[in-house]
Amino acid sequence: MIELQNVSKWYGEFKVLTDCSTSVDKGDVVVICGPSGSGKSTLIKCVNGLEPFQEGTITVDGISVGDKGTDLPKLRSRIGMVFQNFELFPHMTVLQNIAIAQVKVLGRDQAAAEERGLQLLERVGLTEHAQKHPAQLSGGQQQRVAIARALAMDPIAMLFDEPTSALDPEMINEVLDVMVELAQEGMTMMVVTHEMGFARKVADRVIFMDEGAIVEDATKEDFFGTPRSDRAQLFLSKILHH
Amino acid sequence: MIDNFDFQIILASLPILMDGMGITLLLTVIAIVGGIVFGTLLALMRLSRFRVLSFISGRYVDAFRATPLILVIFWFYFAVPIVIGRPIGGLYSVLIAFTLFEAAYYSEIIRAGIQSVTRSQIYAGLALGLTQGQTMRHIILPQAFRNMVPVLLTQAIVLFQDTSLVYVVGLKDFLTAADLVAVRDNRVVEMYVTTAVVYFLICIAGSIFVKKLQRQYSI
Repeated sequence: MIELQNVSKWYGEFKVLTDCSTSVDKGDVVVICGPSGSGKSTLIKCVNGLEPFQEGTITVDGISVGDKGTDLPKLRSRIGMVFQNFELFPHMTVLQNIAIAQVKVLGRDQAAAEERGLQLLERVGLTEHAQKHPAQLSGGQQQRVAIARALAMDPIAMLFDEPTSALDPEMINEVLDVMVELAQEGMTMMVVTHEMGFARKVADRVIFMDEGAIVEDATKEDFFGTPRSDRAQLFLSKILHH
Repeated sequence: MIDNFDFQIILASLPILMDGMGITLLLTVIAIVGGIVFGTLLALMRLSRFRVLSFISGRYVDAFRATPLILVIFWFYFAVPIVIGRPIGGLYSVLIAFTLFEAAYYSEIIRAGIQSVTRSQIYAGLALGLTQGQTMRHIILPQAFRNMVPVLLTQAIVLFQDTSLVYVVGLKDFLTAADLVAVRDNRVVEMYVTTAVVYFLICIAGSIFVKKLQRQYSI
């Protein structure tokens, strides 16, 4: 469903992505990990065209992201994205956050959008917070709202950009639980994360990136069993043994 | 001096003072609204990807910020009628001059306000499928204006006081009206104390109103 072929990207002179190729099939969960600055977040932002790239092709559901003629807003509305810092809209209530794109992009009427919003809030366990503003919620709650907001668009795939990195430890699991549930329901997911427990539980494949390149792209079993590259072994030993 | 303070003269000149306040408030309100609308447009042009728009907006702001307001007023009152071949009248010329002048200052305030909203908020809007225009209108500008409220208020107060400059084209704003009475009836102390108190009260009332508004919409 998502195909990346030889994607390269530069910030001026600096090459941030080098020849990245991979693919994600429908229903697959792919975890992307690697040291900070390795290009994981940039790569995932290329998938929905938030970051432009100079070489290679990315297609989502057969539509080329880099093509000038592509209707990017329409394509993005079909791909959910969850950010490290939640990025809820602070001037709107929780319910308005979930409704706005349904109304403005999908053309649903306000009542239908709110009804769908309430369904999803129930699903992530936050019904009673519908009328609050994001600042009144904890980080974990905000991130669950952000997931509900993305799901409200009925996406064909979800991108997660370090969804638990900004959370206090005791809140990480409430977010991961929602993500695990989604994965088990068959959602197609690309997840940038260091939560290896999550990867072990639901990932189909694990991609390891370093210095802008995909160093390892393996099934979960192979990756955790015997990573082929030294750098991936070193990285795993650092984040798993402490 | 206090013994001689003549409250009667204040009451007697109330109609002329009220007329003056009418001009002052009309100018202030029109220049604020027009300045913010046009200033937002200038700010969006300035931040645009299209270099031509950004250039035009930048030079516009430079030009108006390098010109004293009183000169801009002279320009619209004396020079523009020569160019278009007919007089446009004192009131219209100052309304236009104030709006164009204020827009230059507002555009810089609004530009800073837009830039104070993090880039990730733009990403969040776009990622949901909103267009750039929708993201700006529904996500970025509402937050930007909230952040800008204190500075906008300061600018509004400066503008409110600057309206007294219209005396140069023969319009009678509040201060000019008070000054007329002061000189005509030789009641300088009474009239200047009254104007100072009125300016003070209106500015304080504006500040309190904005603080209340801010608390109500705080995020």
